[in-house]
Amino acid sequence: MEIFVQQLINGLTLGSIYGLIAIGYTMVFGIIGMVNFAHGDVFMLSAFISLIFFLILTAWLGISSVVLALFFVLIIAMVLTSLWGWTVERIAYRPLRGSFRLAPLISAIGVSIFLSNFVQVAQGARNKPTPPMVQDVIVLFQGASGYNVALSYKQIIIMAVTAVLLTIFWYVVQKTSLGRAQRACEQDRKMAALLGINVDRTISLTFVIGAALASVAGTMYLLYYGVVSFSDGFVPGVKAFTAAVLGGIGSLPGAVLGGLIIGLIETFWSAYFSIEYKDVAAFSILAIVLIFMPSGILGRPEVEKV
Amino acid sequence: MNAPSITTTAKTNTVSRHFDMAAAFKDALKAALITLGLSIPILAYKTDQSGADLFLTPRWGLVAIVCAIVFGLRLVLHAFTASRAYARATPTSRQATEPVHAMPSAYQHVSRFAIPFFLGTAVAFPVLIYLIQGGLNESRYWVDLGILILTYVMLGWGLNIVVGLAGLLDLGYVAFYAVGAYSYALLSTTFGLSFWICLPLAGILAAFWGMILGFPVLRLRGDYLAIVTLAFGEIIRLVLINWVDLTNGGAGISSIPRATFFGLPFTAGEGGFAATFGLEFNGMHRMIFLYYLILALALLTNFVTMRLRKLPVGRAWEALREDEIACRSLGINTTNTKLTAFAIGAMFGGFAGSFFAVRQGFVSPESFNFLESAIILAIVVMGGMGSQIGVAIAAIVLVGGPEVLRNLTFLQSVFGSGFDPNEYRLLLFGMGMVAMMVWRPRGLISEREPSVILKERKAISGSLVKEGHG
Repeated sequence: MEIFVQQLINGLTLGSIYGLIAIGYTMVFGIIGMVNFAHGDVFMLSAFISLIFFLILTAWLGISSVVLALFFVLIIAMVLTSLWGWTVERIAYRPLRGSFRLAPLISAIGVSIFLSNFVQVAQGARNKPTPPMVQDVIVLFQGASGYNVALSYKQIIIMAVTAVLLTIFWYVVQKTSLGRAQRACEQDRKMAALLGINVDRTISLTFVIGAALASVAGTMYLLYYGVVSFSDGFVPGVKAFTAAVLGGIGSLPGAVLGGLIIGLIETFWSAYFSIEYKDVAAFSILAIVLIFMPSGILGRPEVEKV
Repeated sequence: MNAPSITTTAKTNTVSRHFDMAAAFKDALKAALITLGLSIPILAYKTDQSGADLFLTPRWGLVAIVCAIVFGLRLVLHAFTASRAYARATPTSRQATEPVHAMPSAYQHVSRFAIPFFLGTAVAFPVLIYLIQGGLNESRYWVDLGILILTYVMLGWGLNIVVGLAGLLDLGYVAFYAVGAYSYALLSTTFGLSFWICLPLAGILAAFWGMILGFPVLRLRGDYLAIVTLAFGEIIRLVLINWVDLTNGGAGISSIPRATFFGLPFTAGEGGFAATFGLEFNGMHRMIFLYYLILALALLTNFVTMRLRKLPVGRAWEALREDEIACRSLGINTTNTKLTAFAIGAMFGGFAGSFFAVRQGFVSPESFNFLESAIILAIVVMGGMGSQIGVAIAAIVLVGGPEVLRNLTFLQSVFGSGFDPNEYRLLLFGMGMVAMMVWRPRGLISEREPSVILKERKAISGSLVKEGHG
């Protein structure tokens, strides 16, 4: 029972990180129908940006409060990662609109290889450990066998930040003109353009928002695991994509829901079955969902038109 | 890596005659500023580790150089686009009357001479190297490189069946390479079967796996298919790592028996290859044998592909690539068509895999990661999907290029002694894939020969076919 509750907490934490990344996949797929394969690497890049700025703020500028430093790191990482997201879209995806169907995916694979190797060349291939950040835990209750169910401050921060950002994001998509433009482009890009929506700008902004949310996930990932390496974008990226597909690709609540489910499955799988096969489980779920349930939990089935 | 504004310039029909210097300058400055933003902090600060602590080393000089390069490139690009747009706006009489399909003649010229040339060079390669380097032992490095390149040529041709001909984007091709390698490694170490028995077995097993993995993904199209094949590739690799009883896990299988010359081992003693033919023993005999073996396998792949293209199944592949719905409505069994593409592509991957195992004498799961799939895919994409000679050229450039760069000593004097082009190889691969999709989405050689010819041979421009919509 104690293990169950503990894993539930861990799973929800991990799930919120996946959910944040999954939104980037699902938004881009919704608006231009491509799998942004490089999104996982943008996430990894943002973790590196956060790491470096955390070091600058704490070691050089002498900010002693970790929470304050994290706050600044989060904002800077969001801005810089958004710039990366914008540039990637501008260079690698925008010229391909109207090209053959697989072109954007191949281009995205190229971007993904470029980004991970760029970070490797620029920062070295070794794992980068962070200085210890937030260490305290709250013991929720003590089990009979001496197993404590603990909720760490890290997990509280991660879940709180995710909740706040998702609320802001939901507000942007539902209530602002940008969100309306985005939803319009998703439904019919040509009609939206005829009605005076700047489609290119809207698509750019979609990438910017996706990258910003991925950077939050990157900072949270760094906070949670305390270590990052150049190859860390691939597997979380695939898992987040699985989450997006599971929730129904194109559906924003679906992405968050899928992220939480994938996070829970991963932690419970590791706890009760085998930790070695946890990535196999994630990849298998991806394959099974795509084959048997391609429209996901909350998605609409895709209608093929001739 | 800045995209040109070719698309926008091409759309505007009225092109001013002179090159707007101020605007170009402004734009280049903007690009440089964006680069500056991107380089903070990834390029500007390097994280180094001393003990348990990380510390930062500033590298603003590097950032300045990168920004300057981007600035310069952007300016050059503007000048280039302006002159091109000018040339386009004022067509010469020749251009105006030129028919649309006149372009492919260039490709036909190239292919007429290039194919015998490449084939001749490939066959004569060990001899040429022997003569140039003046000795068997001296030519070891080059023969080794030749083997490596030919392995990738073969893998490229194998994947080309799936991606180039059938239009199914397979991101897990390396799984079949792994199946082939592990089939040979396990069959030879546990049952003591010889390479010549294992080679066809490895191909059959890989084809079998191709069908098993191909079957569930039949309903999927485009991106989803690609992602599922990626997932399968990763699952196979992870199983190879974790199923320690069978595969010895991450440590891999070592001391795999070496290939024999149809039963004659390449050993120094009595009954070996050298003794039987009355030659002086040299380890290079085995290498040269391996070279001709992979050459034969690669040519077999090519030959089979070319022949299959003329059979109904090959034509069905190409029809499937062009339009799946039309294909189905014309009564082509898409299930069988896709499965044969997967199986035959996988079979050649399996052959290449067992060759890999016999050459290395060692296999481990790390040789079969996603990056390997991506490299093979990059070779196919850059070669122009569906073009056999293009794939071969791309393999030579992408695999041989970095090796050659490494040996150019003047590069080391420019970039410092620690300069290793292999470090930048994948970086350039990534950029190359993007650049390819932006500028020449149909590959370096975008023209293709029709598989079926009525009366005369006419190449079709790549821009006339719409592939990859399935």
